[in-house]
Amino acid sequence: MSKIKKGVKLDHISKIYQDPKTGKDFYAVKDVSLDIEPGSFVTLLGPSGCGKTTTLRMIAGFESPDEGEIYLGEEAINALTPNKRDTAMVFQSYALLPHYNVFDNVAYGLKLRKVPKDEIRERVMRILDLVELSGMEGRMTNQLSGGQQQRVALARALVIEPGVLLFDEPLSNLDAKLRVSMRTEIRRIQQEVGITAIYVTHDQSEAMALSDNIIIMNQGVIAQMGSPREVYYQPNSEFVADFIGEANFLKGVMTGMEGDHAILEIEGSKTPVQPKEGMTVGETYTAVLRPESAALADTGGLPCKVVLSCFMGSYQNYHVMVGDTLVKLTDYNPKNKRIYDVGETCSLVFDPAYVHIL
Amino acid sequence: MARSQSAALDRKKLMADPVMVGTIVVLITFLTLFILYPLAILLVDSFYGDGGPTFDIFRRVLDMPTFRRAITNTLKVGFLVGILSAAVGLLFAYVEVYVKVGRAVGGLFKVVSMLPVVSPPFVLSLSMIMLFGKAGLITRFLLHIYDNSVYGFWGIVIVQTLTFFPVCYMMLKGLLKNIDPSLEEAARDMGAGRMRVFTSVTLPLLLPGLGNAFLVTFIESIADFANPMIIGGSYDTLATTIYLQITGAYDKQGAAAMAVVLLTITLLMFAVQKYYLEAKTAATLTGKASRGRMLIEDKSVTRPLTALCSLAAAFVIIMYLCVPIGALFPTWGYKFTPLTFKWFQQVFTRYKGFKAFRDSFVLSLISAPITALLSMIISYLVVKRKFKGKGFIEAVSMLAMAVPGTVLGVGYIRGFSGGVFHTGFLQGIYGSAAILIIVFVVRSLPTGTRSGISALRQIDKSIEESAYDMGADSFKVFMTVTLPLIKDSFLSGLVTAFVRSITAISAIILLVTPQFLLITVQINEFAEKGSYSIACAFATILILITYGAVLLMNLFIRFFGTSRQIKEDM
Repeated sequence: MSKIKKGVKLDHISKIYQDPKTGKDFYAVKDVSLDIEPGSFVTLLGPSGCGKTTTLRMIAGFESPDEGEIYLGEEAINALTPNKRDTAMVFQSYALLPHYNVFDNVAYGLKLRKVPKDEIRERVMRILDLVELSGMEGRMTNQLSGGQQQRVALARALVIEPGVLLFDEPLSNLDAKLRVSMRTEIRRIQQEVGITAIYVTHDQSEAMALSDNIIIMNQGVIAQMGSPREVYYQPNSEFVADFIGEANFLKGVMTGMEGDHAILEIEGSKTPVQPKEGMTVGETYTAVLRPESAALADTGGLPCKVVLSCFMGSYQNYHVMVGDTLVKLTDYNPKNKRIYDVGETCSLVFDPAYVHIL
Repeated sequence: MARSQSAALDRKKLMADPVMVGTIVVLITFLTLFILYPLAILLVDSFYGDGGPTFDIFRRVLDMPTFRRAITNTLKVGFLVGILSAAVGLLFAYVEVYVKVGRAVGGLFKVVSMLPVVSPPFVLSLSMIMLFGKAGLITRFLLHIYDNSVYGFWGIVIVQTLTFFPVCYMMLKGLLKNIDPSLEEAARDMGAGRMRVFTSVTLPLLLPGLGNAFLVTFIESIADFANPMIIGGSYDTLATTIYLQITGAYDKQGAAAMAVVLLTITLLMFAVQKYYLEAKTAATLTGKASRGRMLIEDKSVTRPLTALCSLAAAFVIIMYLCVPIGALFPTWGYKFTPLTFKWFQQVFTRYKGFKAFRDSFVLSLISAPITALLSMIISYLVVKRKFKGKGFIEAVSMLAMAVPGTVLGVGYIRGFSGGVFHTGFLQGIYGSAAILIIVFVVRSLPTGTRSGISALRQIDKSIEESAYDMGADSFKVFMTVTLPLIKDSFLSGLVTAFVRSITAISAIILLVTPQFLLITVQINEFAEKGSYSIACAFATILILITYGAVLLMNLFIRFFGTSRQIKEDM
C-alpha cells in the first residue's frame, strides 16, 4: 500500500462542555499538546470521562476545539468538516451501514471519492484479503459475527487510505478471548500498512499490547506520555502507577545515601531504593513497588505479616501488612517455593532497582 | 472559559455545507411563514384595533353569551371525552396486554384501532344520527322511540369518545407492555390479590400515562370541528363558533380573538402534557420488560372482560359499517329494500363527485410527499445535527401539533387574504391550490415529524457519523444512509399524510374557494342539509380510497421496506 503517512499535532487543545445538571462549564479536555509521529501507533488511555474520546472526536472533526489548533501533517484542520479530513475512524459500535452488504460497506468511501469501478473492486478485494474476510463480500453485515463486523469496519477505514486511522474503543463490544486476538490482528495490519493510528481505550492491557506510545489522560489533561515500558516502570504519579498495572505505594522518609542507593525509612524500617534526581534527606517520598517485583522471605527486608494467601495457579497471591501499609504480591511459579500462610510474620524483600520513586 | 472558538468553528463547518444551510433556511422560512406568522397575526389582529392596542375586541367577544357558552361547552365536552376515552382505552389495553383472549377478539381490537385512522373525521357522527336519531334504525325501528334526539352534548361526547379512544388504547398498550411483570409478580408473591395488584402496582405506575392519554384526547376533543358541526345541533363548541363567526357573521376580527382563546387553552394543555406528563411517564415506565408476562387465564376474569371489550368493539364496527350500508338503502329511515347504487350514481351524475374526488385526491397526493420529506428532514436535523436554530425548528413543528385546525384556518384568512401583514405580498396564494396544499402539509407535519424522530432515535448515531467520516456530505449522508434506514417510517409518513389530508376538514373548510370541490367539505354540506344517503355515499368512497392507500403502503413496505433482519440488528 502506497500512502503518505501523516503525523498529527495537537497544539494546546481544550474543549469546554456544559454540565447538563448544574449548567456550569467545565474543561472536558484541557491544554492538550501532542506530537504524533507519522506511522506510529499511539493510544489514548484513561478512565471514562478523562477526555480521550473527546480528543479523538476533535481529531476526526465531530467536535470543535475551544482552544488550540489541530494539524494533520502540515495542514491546520480546525475548520474542516469530518468528510473533508484525511482521517478514517473505526467506531465502538462498528457503525456498519446495515442496508449494505460487506462489499458495499467497504466500497462506500471509494464510491464517494469517484474511484473507477474496476479499481474499487480491486482495492476492496485486496483489503478484505488483508483483514481475512475474502469470500464474505456478499454477506449482509448482520450475518457476521462481532469479530467479523469489526474487521469490516477496519477494512472500510483502511481502504480509503487515510492519513490517520482513528479507533474509538473498537474492541469493547467483543468477548475477552476475541478481544485479545483482534488486538494482535489490528497491530499486525497497522504495521503491514504502516499507517499512523490513534487508538482510544480504557483497557490498559490493550494499550500495552498495541502501542508505540501511550498517552494517559486524567480529568481532561495528559497525565503522562511514553512508551509502554516507560509508563509502567517510571510512572510520574500515583494515578498513572495505579492505572497501568497494579501498584503498591510505600511512603518513607529519606534518611541518607548508601553507595548508589537512597535509604528510605518505611514503617520504621530502613531499606535501600534506587534514587531519583534531586532527592533531599528528611523529605517524604512514595516508592512504587509492582506486585511481581517483590517476594516474601524469612529474614531481611521489611518485616511484615501475611493477611491473605491464595493459590491462583500460575502464581500465589499474597496480601501482607508492612506496619499499616497493605502490600499486594504475586509470586509466580509457586510450585516448589515455600508458601507463607495467613498470620505468619516474615520479610518483604525486593531489589532496590525495581522500586521507582515518585 | 469561552466557548467562542468551537462555536465559530461549528459555524464554519456548517457553512461549508451549502445544501444543509439552504435546507435550514428554507425550513425556518416555511415554519415561520406558515405556522408562526398566521398565529402571530391572530394576536396582532385581536389586540390591535383602529386606534392602536386595545382590549376592546376581546371584551366584545367575551361579552357575547354564545361565546361564553361555547367555552364552557367545549371544556365540559373535552373533560368528559378525555376521561371516557382514557377509561375505555385502558380497558382495551389491559385486556390486550394482560388477559388471554381468543384470536378473533385480538383481530377485533386491531380493526377498532385501525378504523379511526382511515375514516374521515365525521363518519361516526353520521352513523350516530342514522342509528339513534329521530329516524334512527335502532331508536325508531327497533325500539320504537320516535323523538330521540342525538344532537347536543351527549351526541358529541359519545361520538368523540368512540373516535378518540383508540388513540388512548394504543398509547396505554405501549406503556403497559413496558411494565416489568416481575413487579406485579413480587406483589402477588407477597400476598396481594389480583385486584390489589392492579390498584397498588399497575395503576400507580400507569397514572402519568393515563393523565397523558387524558390530555391528548382533551386537546383532540376541543380542537375537533367536524363532529360538533354535524351532531352538535345548537350545542356550539369553540371550533364551530369560530367557524360560524366567520362564515355566518363575517366578523373576522372577532373570530381572530376567539381563535386566540381556543389556542391559549390548547397550548396550555399541550405544555402540561408535553413537558410535565410525558417526562413523568418516561420516568416511571422506562426500559423494557425483562420477559413475557403470564397472561390471566382465570375464566372469572377473562370472560367478563372479553365480553365487555368485544361488545364495545362490535358496537364501534357497526357504527362504521352503518355508513356504507346507509348509502345502499333507497331512503334512509323510510325504505330499506331493494338495496340500490343510486346514491353512488348520483354522487357522480348530480353532485360533481368526480371533480370532488379528483380535487381532493390530487391536492392530497401533492401534499403527501412534501409532508413526508419535510418531516423526515426535520427529524434528521433535530435528532442528528447540532446547529443554531435547531431549537426553533423543533419547537415550531411541535407547536403545530397543538394548534387546532380552525385556529390555523382563521390565521391563514387573516394572514394571507390581504397578503403578508396586509401588504399584498404573497396575496396570490390566497384562494389558490397552493395554500390548500400548504395547509395540508402543516396539518400533517407534526405527526410525521414525531414518527420520524422516534424512528431516527433508534438508529445509532455513529452509523451516520461513519458515513460522514468516510467523506459523505450532509446531503449524501441523508440520501444514502438516513433515508434508506427509515424507509418504513417515510413510507408510512407518506400514507398518513395522504390520509390525513384527504380526510381533513377543520382548517380547509375556511380556506377552500368554489374553484375547488373537496370531498370532506361536500360530505359536511350534505350532512348538514340532512342528505345522509349522499353524505354516506361520499364517505364510503372516501373510506375505500384511504383504506386502499393504507393497504398499498403495507404491500410496499413488505416488498421494498427495510428488511426485518436489519431492523432487529439495529
